[in-house]
Amino acid sequence: MIAEIPMEHGLLIAAVLFCLGLLGLLVRRNLIIMLISVEIMLNAAGLAFIVAGAHWGQPDGQVMFIFILTMAAAEVAVGLAVILQFYWKHHSLDADLASTMKG
Amino acid sequence: MTVAFYITAAIALLTTMRVVTHTNAVHALLYFVISLLSVALMFYLIGAPFVAALEVIIYAGAIMVLFLFVIMMLNVGEEHARQERDWLSRRFWAGPGVLCAALLAITAWVIIETAHPSVGHEVVGARDVGASLFGPYLIAVQLAALLLLGGLVGASHLRRHDRRTPLRTDGGKGGES
Amino acid sequence: MYDLVWLLPALPFAGFLVLTLGGPRISRGACAWIACSTVGISTAIMLAFAVGFLIHPPAEHAHTLTLWRWIPLEAVGIPFSLRLDTLSQAMASVITGVGFLIHLYSTEYMKMDPDYNRFFAYLNLFVGFMLLLVLADNFVLLLVGWEGVGLCSYLLIGFWYRDPANGRAARKAFVVTRIGDAALLIGIFLIFAELGTLHIPEVLALAPERWELGSGVALAAALLILGGAVGKSAQLPLQTWLPDAMAGPTPVSALIHAATMVTAGVYLIARTHGLFELAPPAMQTVAVIGSVTLFTAACAALVQRDIKRVLAYSTISQIGYMFLALGVGAWAGALFHFMTHAWFKALLFLAAGAVINALHHEQDLFRMGGLRKKLPLVFWTFLIGAACLAALPLVTSGFYSKEKLLWDVWISPYGGPWFWAVAMAGAFVTALYSARLVALVFFGPARTQVSARPGGRVGFVLVILAIWSLIGGGIELPHTFAHVTVFSDFVAMTIPTLVELPPGLDAQLWTLLAVASVIVVAGATLGAWLYGAGAPAREALAARTGAVHRFLMNGWEFDRLYDTILVRPYVRLAEWNRADGVDKAVFLITGLTRAAHVAIQRTQHGQLRRYAAGVATGAVIILLIMLFQ
Repeated sequence: MIAEIPMEHGLLIAAVLFCLGLLGLLVRRNLIIMLISVEIMLNAAGLAFIVAGAHWGQPDGQVMFIFILTMAAAEVAVGLAVILQFYWKHHSLDADLASTMKG
Repeated sequence: MTVAFYITAAIALLTTMRVVTHTNAVHALLYFVISLLSVALMFYLIGAPFVAALEVIIYAGAIMVLFLFVIMMLNVGEEHARQERDWLSRRFWAGPGVLCAALLAITAWVIIETAHPSVGHEVVGARDVGASLFGPYLIAVQLAALLLLGGLVGASHLRRHDRRTPLRTDGGKGGES
Repeated sequence: MYDLVWLLPALPFAGFLVLTLGGPRISRGACAWIACSTVGISTAIMLAFAVGFLIHPPAEHAHTLTLWRWIPLEAVGIPFSLRLDTLSQAMASVITGVGFLIHLYSTEYMKMDPDYNRFFAYLNLFVGFMLLLVLADNFVLLLVGWEGVGLCSYLLIGFWYRDPANGRAARKAFVVTRIGDAALLIGIFLIFAELGTLHIPEVLALAPERWELGSGVALAAALLILGGAVGKSAQLPLQTWLPDAMAGPTPVSALIHAATMVTAGVYLIARTHGLFELAPPAMQTVAVIGSVTLFTAACAALVQRDIKRVLAYSTISQIGYMFLALGVGAWAGALFHFMTHAWFKALLFLAAGAVINALHHEQDLFRMGGLRKKLPLVFWTFLIGAACLAALPLVTSGFYSKEKLLWDVWISPYGGPWFWAVAMAGAFVTALYSARLVALVFFGPARTQVSARPGGRVGFVLVILAIWSLIGGGIELPHTFAHVTVFSDFVAMTIPTLVELPPGLDAQLWTLLAVASVIVVAGATLGAWLYGAGAPAREALAARTGAVHRFLMNGWEFDRLYDTILVRPYVRLAEWNRADGVDKAVFLITGLTRAAHVAIQRTQHGQLRRYAAGVATGAVIILLIMLFQ
């Protein structure tokens, strides 16, 4: 039950997903959606690793994906805690409110 | 099976697009779960069943539920949805769109320029991955454990709600407190 | 014995160091002892040297002591060496002698001053630098002393620095003399470039070999040195600082601005006489400057109201006489007049200081008067000083020195009747203002109450100086009186005289002496009549000559002239040129930095989305670079 596909197709899909995540990060102002966009980008990077790993038939790509997964979990934990604090402070999820450090 | 791969890929792209554009956070999150499930299927189809399972269990399961909990906790209402629609007006899209298109074009060009063979000849199962993780990548695994511990401590520290700071009721204009 | 010459400047310098480092820890009594004893010992050594030179002169009439190699250069090393010859002895004996007496006088005069120690430290420093100046045997060391005394002059004019006017006077003195000093420095460079040495005796020996009589280089060198001398000695056109320099304490005026420092120009010209002899036009210039200065300053002295300004203008005038003598080649005459002038002008200043102190710091002549009975000692000593200044015949040293000077001017090949006539006119005015001074201060009705009487040390110093002023002229007499030429012989050991006395002119000399005596007595009588008889005659005179009076009062309006043609245009130029090209270039740097700061500051907007966009843009750019490499 293995799909034989050209490698560039897999990578292209990963690239498109990554760019969509970047687009979401740049466009949205809702902090939760921005965090989700970051998750999309991480996921796209993971996909690229898996595709490359499948090309070689080696487990290294999957190992890398597991590390990405770990990092994403830690990041989400901290990120959501920060979002909660932010909301309690500003009563809003608008990322642009956090601009007190402008020059 | 190749057809199935492309169908799941299309679903992943479409749902991800909805994630980026949806005004309701809960709906966006659910679309993202679908996107993750599609990606998990893609993993499975190109011979990585172990990470496909992890993707479903950890990503689509644990992490997304965490998001859901937070959204429920914040209890954002209809007012926020309307604000979101204002923020998503057309004029905000031009710059980021151009930037992302440029990045995509460059990446795609690089990917297409280099000749690649096809992938998905063999299945690399959990045994191989495990052997690799606890073999050459042992130190990285320990570092990842440290990272998780750090995330745990950080999250439990940041979670604390300082009662002394009064709840802002003015809609949060301005940053000083 | 002569190797002890290093002690002469070293002792006052040591006194200065002790007083400066000790500061307020040294009591007033100890301070006075240190200051006076250092200069006093120098005086004793100096007297021993002078006696030794008279009895048994060393080889070539000079003794050189090289202390150490000072500035070792490949081409020419400059040693730190002192040269003792009769010229420097004549100067140094006056500096130490008058300096010691003025130190003694100051211990009492300054006793109420809170900055007692500072005063004596400066005074000691001055004496040290002045001795260094006259003992130096190369131009570099001479310049050190030259600038050092300028510094001390600045410090002491502005001694009471809390009054801004004193600070202004000090700055004026410093800046104006600096003009002359710049000329002197250029002159020294010129001499070094042309002759390759800075050792003064070598310069004087080499110059006639290398330079022809009347050559341009010699003229330039002589004129540049003259510039330095003119600035230091307050001659036209750099005389304007001296009247203002009277802002300092009176002993300072007596020591620095009458007896010693202002005559450094006379010493410099006498020291470099060989260069001037090579350039007759420079000699003529010296004589013309001297004669013009002596007359203009005497006229200005005639109308001043401030007793110290009268004496300041009279100092300028008397130094004018010395310059006239130098210009006609009468080296001994100039130095003899320098010597007697140092005694009697110090006497006049110190007596004036006693008067000022007695009248509670009153300096206006028209508020004095009637002091003859109340301050008899000061009256008699001041009278002696004024008589010397006026050159009253026969009894005063001023008469002998001035007559020798005038006689030299008359017979010198460089001089002549015209210079003599100007000098006689100056002598008439000098007698006039001397009589005016005495009449206004000591005769007539008393206008201010006497609040303090001079004490023992002041009286002692005044008497010593008065005695010297009376009998000091005896070391050199006109040959028709008696053949006493101690001083000119002494000077001639170092500077060969230019003025040879042709025989058979006794009748002429008698005539000149008689004419001069008559003119001086007439001037003194006229002054006594005008200012002694009372107010009516004086006021009528002042009313009739109002504009002239004002003109002379302001010192021939030189200050206003310089202000108009030099100071104001310069200030205007400076203001106009405030933002010049260099400034613009400097400001461009700050401007660019500030603009860059503002531009980069804009990127710190605090919005997360834009930071992310920045990261993405960077990624795009880096990818592009990697692709197209």
